[in-house]
Amino acid sequence: MKERETGKGQDAGARRHGDVEIKDGNSFNSFFHRVYARLRLRFVLLWLVVSLVLLYGVIYPNSYVVTAAFAPNGEFAPGKFFEVFAERAVWEAAATSVGVSLLTVLLCALVGVPLAFLFERYEFPARRFFTALAALPLVLPPLVGTVAFIFLCGESGILAHVVRHLLHLKSAPWTLRGWWAILLFHTYTMYPFFYVLTGAGLRRIDAGLAEAARGLGARGTEVLARVVLPQLTPSLMAAALLTFMTSMASFSAPLLFGGSVRMLTLEIYNARQRGDAQLALTETVILALISLCSLLFFQKYEGTRRFAAAAMKGATRRRAPVTGGRARAVAILCAIIFTVILALPVLTLLLVSFARDGSWTTQTIPPAYTLENFRRVITESDSSSVFVNSLLMSGIAALAALAWSFIVTGVVVGKERKVWRRVISFLVLVPWALPGTVVAVAIAEAYGRENFLSGSFILVGTFWILPVIYFLRFMPLVVRSVQASLEQMDARLEEAAGSLGANWWLRFWRVRLPLVWPGALVGTLLAFVIALGEYVASVLVFVPRSRPISIAIASAMRDFNLGTAAAYGVILILIISASMVVAARLERGEKA
Amino acid sequence: MPFLSLENITKRYGATKAVADVSLSVERGEFFGLLGPSGCGKTTTLRMIAGLETPDDGKIAFDGRDITNLSPEKRGFGMVFQNYALFPHLNVFENVAFGLRARRRPKGEIAERVKDALSLVQLPGYERRRVDELSGGQQQRVAIARAIAIEPQLLLFDEPLSNLDVALREETRGELRDVVNRLNLTAVYVTHDQEEAFALCDRISVMNSGRILQTGAPRQLYEQPASVAVARFLGRNNLIEAMRVSKMHDAAGTFKTLRGGHTIVAPTDAGKLAPINKPCTLAIRPEHLILGRSEPAAENALAVIVREIIFAGSTITIKLDANGLALEALALQANGLSINDSCIVHLPPERITVLA
Repeated sequence: MKERETGKGQDAGARRHGDVEIKDGNSFNSFFHRVYARLRLRFVLLWLVVSLVLLYGVIYPNSYVVTAAFAPNGEFAPGKFFEVFAERAVWEAAATSVGVSLLTVLLCALVGVPLAFLFERYEFPARRFFTALAALPLVLPPLVGTVAFIFLCGESGILAHVVRHLLHLKSAPWTLRGWWAILLFHTYTMYPFFYVLTGAGLRRIDAGLAEAARGLGARGTEVLARVVLPQLTPSLMAAALLTFMTSMASFSAPLLFGGSVRMLTLEIYNARQRGDAQLALTETVILALISLCSLLFFQKYEGTRRFAAAAMKGATRRRAPVTGGRARAVAILCAIIFTVILALPVLTLLLVSFARDGSWTTQTIPPAYTLENFRRVITESDSSSVFVNSLLMSGIAALAALAWSFIVTGVVVGKERKVWRRVISFLVLVPWALPGTVVAVAIAEAYGRENFLSGSFILVGTFWILPVIYFLRFMPLVVRSVQASLEQMDARLEEAAGSLGANWWLRFWRVRLPLVWPGALVGTLLAFVIALGEYVASVLVFVPRSRPISIAIASAMRDFNLGTAAAYGVILILIISASMVVAARLERGEKA
Repeated sequence: MPFLSLENITKRYGATKAVADVSLSVERGEFFGLLGPSGCGKTTTLRMIAGLETPDDGKIAFDGRDITNLSPEKRGFGMVFQNYALFPHLNVFENVAFGLRARRRPKGEIAERVKDALSLVQLPGYERRRVDELSGGQQQRVAIARAIAIEPQLLLFDEPLSNLDVALREETRGELRDVVNRLNLTAVYVTHDQEEAFALCDRISVMNSGRILQTGAPRQLYEQPASVAVARFLGRNNLIEAMRVSKMHDAAGTFKTLRGGHTIVAPTDAGKLAPINKPCTLAIRPEHLILGRSEPAAENALAVIVREIIFAGSTITIKLDANGLALEALALQANGLSINDSCIVHLPPERITVLA
């Protein structure tokens, strides 16, 4: 490709133009020649890869699901779809999902927004530590989180035991079941969306605006209501929709302690387990529709957020130090309580991971401790292979996503606004907006049997199905971080490189890659760690020969091997923490 | 044959024409300027010369070769960007060496040529510095060194001095011209600063709304603007709307101003006569107005009242009112004038340009 360009380019360019001059009268021909002259082989290849991946990964499986839901036996019969849709259980599940998600949004906002104000507006001892800690639940795999919650707050968990002993009760004071259990868990794991985005929004707000409002005679509450909050709206909106969509996709919590709360994700799983394909497909379509509508809503608001960021040029507000002796004590106390609440589930998990399997029954905390769990998990080939599987599958997916992100951004990023750019950006985002359950069902249905479109490959039942699903689900994260880095990069740098004689490969290798690398790596690591703990999609399509960690944790829980499950969880958290530390380093290095 | 030529170049962004039917030619060794207000298409024109944009219509030829669709890396032109576009992840040496490495030059030669380029821009010994440690002026010089290190056949400048403060801008301007002269380079220089263009360029094209209004040497543009737009854009100008009244096709025409009704004599080109009884514009520079107190001996003397005296350091701007016709004069001293004084202003006919 390079030779083609450097070797023949000059003569070819001259010759081509010669043709144009001869055929000057023929404007169509001249137009054709111009288009041809600008066509580069590498663009054709980029386009080919992008369209193939999006076609086979996004368009085909999803439209397959929709077609299958409306036309079960090859013939179009929407009646059947609406028949299933009209079943009480189905719309009840949909209503429950939406209801749980709306309540989750409300609770997360109540926790996350004040926390963001506290950490962004006030300075107190160890603030930076708490700031970092508050985002912790974001990287806790949902399944590990639910397991930790069961150990901590379950009816035979540590907290229940403590309360029972204190109040001398005969039975457990509560059961970790139903709405409140799901909402508690959702709040714990999803409030960071509000916390992080509100914090970022506050940092963007020009302090001068609040000062101007005060100068015009507005009181503190008025400034908050009329200046600060309107500017925060895009951030709050984004956080609300992110929370809403994550909650819609939530699976582990409804599965492990949902009780009679029937959420759509769980219903799809149950229907598939029962073999009721039609019901599963209908519910998948409903879940996908709700999620996609949220995404469209979200994208609409994203535009205004960019505008707000662009308009800002002033200074951010300084943090007010908490100086008073009593206020300081209260602040520190609150911070300690907050830390304990945040860390407790993880600490419980750590404790249980050292418990001897089967020994913990009615005691407050496990009575006997051992390293046996870790030894077994790491050395026994059956269980250690689980780590190899997960690392391998997530690694393949993350690396593929990294390469893919550079290919997509090569096509999508540019200064001209084009319709196809928006279409591709949207298609790339679709698998991220769709709940894992939907992606897994779509891939499993579309690649379950031989088909002329899929060539003749079958993914279901092979090692490759999970890497493919992980790739599809998490590549949007990598694409977004590469895209963000690219948009921050000065486009003139590559132009300068071009004017200095660097061909496209050198421009990529010596300018684009080194400048985008930190951001790309952070995105890749994030995709990697999330894939590592993935459970929702894995449980639907995993292959016994290559079980991922999450499946091993779930089956250990089912067999009441609590220590083993906890040990898996602790090792998973360790791997994730290590990756996040590396990512944070990279991000800091990028800013410096 | 010109060294670089643009023939009927057009570039559209959507429905708007950023550059419309632009033709120009640059000779070897010339320092050529593209001057115009922001958004006039001058940068787009330069980017098309560099190959960073492709024209929708027209042809660009360089040294006898059609380069309209040639990619930038194959043109071998050096370009200096407005924001310098230095590679932040590379140090000064690597920035300057970038183009040489792309050309796979041997190590020794690269080191030597980077050293030469840096000493030419008076930054010897800065090789190991990070580019973000440098001041704006130093970054500017690195950008120039990087562009000249590849020994370009053509050097392109996109408002390279606009990010520098005034004092530094004038200093760097001199050095820039010096470097280009010394290497005997051909350059195309884009700027919106008329003074900068006049000081640097051998020839200038004045652009507005994507079109070239006039091309010529700085002095010619200043003294004989071809249109009102050029006269207005290049420095301050008294633009007097008038009507031609003389019937004879003489070398000198008589005009009557629309405001004030003064009679003014101005030389007219025998080739292009302003039609009688059609409005035209008479242009005269403020510095060419002669203020006096005595009765005029010559023609074109108008009685005026001083309205405003603006002190600007080395010069003084005096705003005058000639019976409703506003005029502006530039003087070195106030000559004892004060506001509301009556005096006489003389418009030397040879300094007046008649514009259609």
